[in-house]
Amino acid sequence: MAELAAQGKQPEVLFWVGCAGSFDDRAKKITKAFVKLLVKADVSFAVLGPEESCTGDPAKRAGNEFLFQMQAMTNIEVLNGYEVKKIVTACPHCFNTLKNEYPGLGGTYEVVHHTQFLKQLLEEGKLKVEGGQFKGKRITFHDPCYLGRANNEYEAPRAVLEKLESELIEMKSCKAKGLCCGAGGAQMFKDAEAGDKEINIERTEQALETKPDIIAAGCPFCNTMMTDGVKNKEKEGSIAVMDIAELLQQAEDL
Amino acid sequence: MTAYLSNILFGILFFVLVGLFVRNIRRIIRNIKLGGPANRSDQPKKRWLHMARIALGQSKMVRKPLSGLLHVIVYVGFIVINIELIEIVIDGFLGTHRIFAPYLGYVYNVLIATFEIFAVLVLVSVFFFWTRRNVIRIKRFWKPEMKGWPKLDADIILYAEVVLMTLFLTMNAADYWLQTSAQDVHYAQAGSFPVSQFIAPLFDGLSVSQVITVERTAWWLHIAGILVFLNYLYYSKHLHIILAFPNTYFAKLTPQGQLSNMQSVTDEVKLMLDPNADPYATPAADVPPNTFGAADVTDLNWVQLMNAYSCTECGRCTDECPANQTGKKLSPRKIMMDTRDRLTEVGLTLNKGKEPNTNILLDNYISREELWACTSCNACVEACPIAIDPLSIIMDMRRYLVMEQSAAPTELNGMMTNVENNGAPWPFNQQDRVAWREEINT
Repeated sequence: MAELAAQGKQPEVLFWVGCAGSFDDRAKKITKAFVKLLVKADVSFAVLGPEESCTGDPAKRAGNEFLFQMQAMTNIEVLNGYEVKKIVTACPHCFNTLKNEYPGLGGTYEVVHHTQFLKQLLEEGKLKVEGGQFKGKRITFHDPCYLGRANNEYEAPRAVLEKLESELIEMKSCKAKGLCCGAGGAQMFKDAEAGDKEINIERTEQALETKPDIIAAGCPFCNTMMTDGVKNKEKEGSIAVMDIAELLQQAEDL
Repeated sequence: MTAYLSNILFGILFFVLVGLFVRNIRRIIRNIKLGGPANRSDQPKKRWLHMARIALGQSKMVRKPLSGLLHVIVYVGFIVINIELIEIVIDGFLGTHRIFAPYLGYVYNVLIATFEIFAVLVLVSVFFFWTRRNVIRIKRFWKPEMKGWPKLDADIILYAEVVLMTLFLTMNAADYWLQTSAQDVHYAQAGSFPVSQFIAPLFDGLSVSQVITVERTAWWLHIAGILVFLNYLYYSKHLHIILAFPNTYFAKLTPQGQLSNMQSVTDEVKLMLDPNADPYATPAADVPPNTFGAADVTDLNWVQLMNAYSCTECGRCTDECPANQTGKKLSPRKIMMDTRDRLTEVGLTLNKGKEPNTNILLDNYISREELWACTSCNACVEACPIAIDPLSIIMDMRRYLVMEQSAAPTELNGMMTNVENNGAPWPFNQQDRVAWREEINT
């Protein structure tokens, strides 16, 4: 972003990578897949790079409103400094925070989730699915809480899956009733309280009931939780957990 | 004087019980006002629609088709049969009998018939409700927080409905018998009785005066029962029949994922980031120091407290809660019940003018273990048929734990330190945020 700004250029959209997408080895693959798609579709985009910082979502959900607002105000200063208008992110937590919680602190942007952005690129014909690599594959989609219930977006990821000509099979609890993967509300960063089961195992079992070839996700944290769940069930050889962006990128054969 | 004895008795019964009800409602309003401010007066049109759809239209109730249908029957039955109450009350005051009959004519017959059919439908629904709770024993009605009073309360409500509907039908049956079977007609012909005409033959062995006694007794017990039930609401989860309406009107309309930004924190953070702020400035003396987050009900806002009184303990929230499903202690329903019970406790000390005890909501009612088990997934909020928001209470209590007590779980403290130091929940160098760029073409 800094380089573009120095040249006096303004990208069409800022790609907010998020902490998972920047540092987590599994999530970095999602970042790379999404960037390849952006390049393929000829989207003018930028990233903040070292100027990006945690949105503050896990701090806020852990109860630390101070830390959240410190993060938010620092980020807003950077975003407003670059006169950012539109943000796309592959993390529903960043998406929710940027879209809903930043405006009240002075940061108002058009914020879209990457599944919404990809759906639009497909509709506009900027991306085309060829080859039908996933044709007939059984795919079940795990709704991220922060995209689905939190922001009422159930359709965009499914629309992308439909373009893959895959067979979309819904879990018994999906969309508004979708079960959480267990990572939200800062749970990702702590051990779960005592109980009889881990939440991600429960959710993975629901996913396995659909006998999928692929479990699709739209959130780096859900991805980790479901991947762990599949490993726990020793199914990692036969069932892949993949982000919507990765599926599209593979279908595009990039 | 004796001629007016029943009118006077009715007047006393009515005004005493309605008076008690009004006192109870005032106490509830007073208790709700113990909560802090929350501005929910924006977008009135949207709010009316929200209420019409969810409370009046039961749109979220019917997401579970069977219990939804049963509930709609009882709800519509309740409203429809209460039209009859207008006549009963006027009759009571004036000492008349079925005063509307001569004026309404045919319409009156249709109305009475409708009430009777609904009375039977309500009885059938209540039977199913009771069976679901006590025979099928649906899991969510037998969770730990339902032990004792909550379980009994639910059953009492069902029994009360059976008693009231039975009295209503008995009253009509006796009336019908007196209209038709008595040799000289004692009661004027009024109404159509599609249901109670089949109960009437039970009275065939009785004398006219005995049946009149049955009719009068059922009439009195029915209206007295309703007025007593009205006062029972205050002690019961059944308040939702009133509070569901304001509760949906004042509900949060912003996206479910949006948590409030605390203004008190914004003020402090702005001060910290403002290079011109005077670091030695003393706070204004008349401003009380802020408590961040909630330790007790008085730290919550009034909408959260109204939520607590509105909860019917149906447990749909707990049923959908991922933590609860996997055996953790957290139950969103319990969060609401605890909030209400604590508020009731605070209210009782106010009623008696006594000093409150040392209980607070945190720890005495809601444990930290419950609070930290929440994934903030909003399943409970989505599931609630009357738009209660248990998540906001959990979050406010976490805020208290973290900002007032620094009592977050150790791992979360680690996460927060990382966010503070290097702008990510993990200990990575912020300069490496674009490390993926080098890997992209390999």
